Amino acid sequence: MSAATVAHNAKRLPRAGVAKRLVARIGDGPAVIGGIGNANFDLWAAGHRARNFYMLGSMGLAIPIGLGVALAQPDRRVFVLEGDGSLLMQMGCLATVAARAPRNLAILILDNGTFQITGGQPTPAEQSGTDLVAVARACGLHRATWAADEAELDRLIDLCLIEDGPHAIGLKLDDSPPERQTERDPPQLRDRFMRGMGAKRDRTLG
Amino acid sequence: MQTETRPWHAIVLEVFKANGIRLIPYVPDNVLKPLIAACHADPFFTAFPTAREEEAVGIVCGAWMAGMRGLCLMQTSGFATLPNALASLPCAFQIPALVMVSERGTLGEFNMGQAMVCRTMRPILDSLGMEHHTVSRLDECEFIVDRTIRQAFMTQSPAALILSPLLTGGKAVARA
Repeated sequence: MSAATVAHNAKRLPRAGVAKRLVARIGDGPAVIGGIGNANFDLWAAGHRARNFYMLGSMGLAIPIGLGVALAQPDRRVFVLEGDGSLLMQMGCLATVAARAPRNLAILILDNGTFQITGGQPTPAEQSGTDLVAVARACGLHRATWAADEAELDRLIDLCLIEDGPHAIGLKLDDSPPERQTERDPPQLRDRFMRGMGAKRDRTLG
Repeated sequence: MQTETRPWHAIVLEVFKANGIRLIPYVPDNVLKPLIAACHADPFFTAFPTAREEEAVGIVCGAWMAGMRGLCLMQTSGFATLPNALASLPCAFQIPALVMVSERGTLGEFNMGQAMVCRTMRPILDSLGMEHHTVSRLDECEFIVDRTIRQAFMTQSPAALILSPLLTGGKAVARA
């Protein structure tokens, strides 16, 4: 087994720093989809961008949403922040992504080993030692890799911007809480995202 | 009105095209086979299978927000997996996610599981407040499918189209 597939090789990063690092490196162009709970809270706390979508329900669907965005706008990079518990609910979507092989899609798996938002209960994957990056590779996402530390995360994000995907980056996170919670106004979040994506061009009134 | 001579799936395919629906994620069904095959055969469409129906809903929601129209194909039992995804994504965010459901579990069903789950479909749609129409006649197929799709996009609301065995012939069954 190559070192890249070994989950415990990865250092546990402070969770809030991940979304901030991502947003700081990718600029304004790419779309970012934040999955349910802390994944989108982290994205919100990192500072709103016009091309952010914050998913407030539908646990497990951040990656499918990202796939839809990537298929609709193949020339734009699309990043998805998805938690380990969410991915466990919809693991089949990794095969769906691999089958479509969108060159512009990058998945960040935020793995803290717990259902953090409901009280930190360990996930079955944590209890069994399931390696989610190995799962992604076995599903056909051959570029999937764990980021060992912050420097490697930066390097991998840069690769996602210049090399064809689909990409998947596994991140081991600590259990620090999110800094803020997303404003829960789904139609407004959707409308802002659509305007950011150029899918709705009329100016807003007032 | 002229007598409709096209098969239901040819009508549906043309209505998809007329409404600019290009993205067709699906979990297959025997009854949908000719429609799925026709979508694959036409380069206008991007048609592909997903592992679960929820994924297909997520994909068409993401695509619509980025400017591409889509519709999910599935059968009754697959629809029954969707209430949370529909309630918290297209219903809450006002996204015109369209689902077309081949109706199993009625009018000659052999599978008890399908017959049971079929009873949940319309109550789920009603409780979600989702517009839904059942297509049972060839001469009404174009009108119902086209108008339901148009209204969904114009009102930014999800909607369901149910294909009755009266339209499609359903799945062939032997007498017990």
